Amino acid sequence: MSTVVIVGASVGGVRTAQALRAQGHDGRIVLVGAEPHVPYDKPPLSKQFLAGAWEHDRLALLTEEEAAADRIELRLGVAATGLDAAARSVELADGTTLGYDTLVIATGATARPSPWAAESGVHVLRTLADGTGLRDALAEPGPLVVVGGGFIGAEVAATAHAAGRVVTVVDPLPSPIARVLGDEVGRLVGDVHRRHGVETRFGTGVRAVSGHVGALEVTLTDGTVLPAGTVVVGIGAVPAVEWLADSGLELDNGLVCDEFCHATGHPEIFGVGDVARWFHAGHGEHVRVEHWTNAVEQAACVAHNVVHPEEPVLYRPTEYAWSDQYDWKIQIAGRPNRATGFELAGDPTTDPPRFGALYRDEAGRLSAAVTVNWPKLLVAARRLITAGTPYEEGLSVLDKLIAPVSAA
Amino acid sequence: MAKLTADTDLCQGYGNCLTTAADVYDIDDDGKVVLLIETIPDADRARVEAAARSCPVKALGVVDG
Repeated sequence: MSTVVIVGASVGGVRTAQALRAQGHDGRIVLVGAEPHVPYDKPPLSKQFLAGAWEHDRLALLTEEEAAADRIELRLGVAATGLDAAARSVELADGTTLGYDTLVIATGATARPSPWAAESGVHVLRTLADGTGLRDALAEPGPLVVVGGGFIGAEVAATAHAAGRVVTVVDPLPSPIARVLGDEVGRLVGDVHRRHGVETRFGTGVRAVSGHVGALEVTLTDGTVLPAGTVVVGIGAVPAVEWLADSGLELDNGLVCDEFCHATGHPEIFGVGDVARWFHAGHGEHVRVEHWTNAVEQAACVAHNVVHPEEPVLYRPTEYAWSDQYDWKIQIAGRPNRATGFELAGDPTTDPPRFGALYRDEAGRLSAAVTVNWPKLLVAARRLITAGTPYEEGLSVLDKLIAPVSAA
Repeated sequence: MAKLTADTDLCQGYGNCLTTAADVYDIDDDGKVVLLIETIPDADRARVEAAARSCPVKALGVVDG
């Protein structure tokens, strides 16, 4: 009986296990997770969970009953500590080993730790334990300083602001979201905090954080000292490959995989989700994507390639991410920061705004789209991007959606 | 046959369902999911279940009909 071991029980690992069964894999499936909790979902940690609107049971990705129904063996609360690829065996923190015929590596990424030390009160947000700690901290009074204006930082700021906290967001870049959206659209979206009454210190770094919970001081590179009850540091994540250091697998900003998501030179090992840096045949380069939808789509592709090795499918998705901040739903398809130009649709000045940017690449295709509060436009554009639609043709299709709004 | 369910209160317009099964799901001007059909043959079930699992807010269901 063929055994698939999946290391990592977040969305990529869970969805791989489910898709393997759905695709017809009849052998063992073992899902290994370092955390003791039943597999849970991460996007709500910075939103509904942090706000107290959802409890942890609502975050479940796979209940024990669902796992049993799909014959998925859960090994939770035990991290993988090593891999013997020649022996096809995973070493676990409890001293046991797990043999496999196929291995799926879905260990994700871990929050980049705070480079600034304080006695207490400095948080990162990646895991359920992080989320629980931060939620408790936000129940206490005192200003919140968020270091890092990316998606996590922005969502935490929005949630804390809605809960009545005084919030300041700090980032060394003048427009942090421009990293993703490009400069011009980044500026349009980048004032989301100011428009919602949250203070920003963009273009300024952090020199030091000192003190303890309830009485922290954040010293900026321009000399300003911000008092804080709680500090959240959201400065990115690093792929969780430390346990593979002695495995002989190729590691370079993640687990390096081919266009079918095989680890280099190992057709029996696959990468899924944030940890995987695979060769995207459409882009002609290796990419690593830290977004929910990528983990889900990559899981489905890998499950297919495990069950049907004689007819493997290339993994060449259109990137897709979203961020819910204040009353703004920001959705991004493709790679706007690689585009050569764009056109705006809708109106960024209304409250709340409803607008989008449609980007072209150097080959003259519709290559990316960003929308604010306009899901229908995003969905339509995403489909055209995936189809490789020429830019002008794509615009004329989307014009049917855009025109009534622009005329209003 | 299997029956499809969609909770428009939960739906946030992420649109992943359309990527996987555009013949089954659509989205309206308010960004809410619309079911184009309400039952599917068993042969389609695995694919539509995969589309339902691609919903980040679990707004979609496939149940025995």
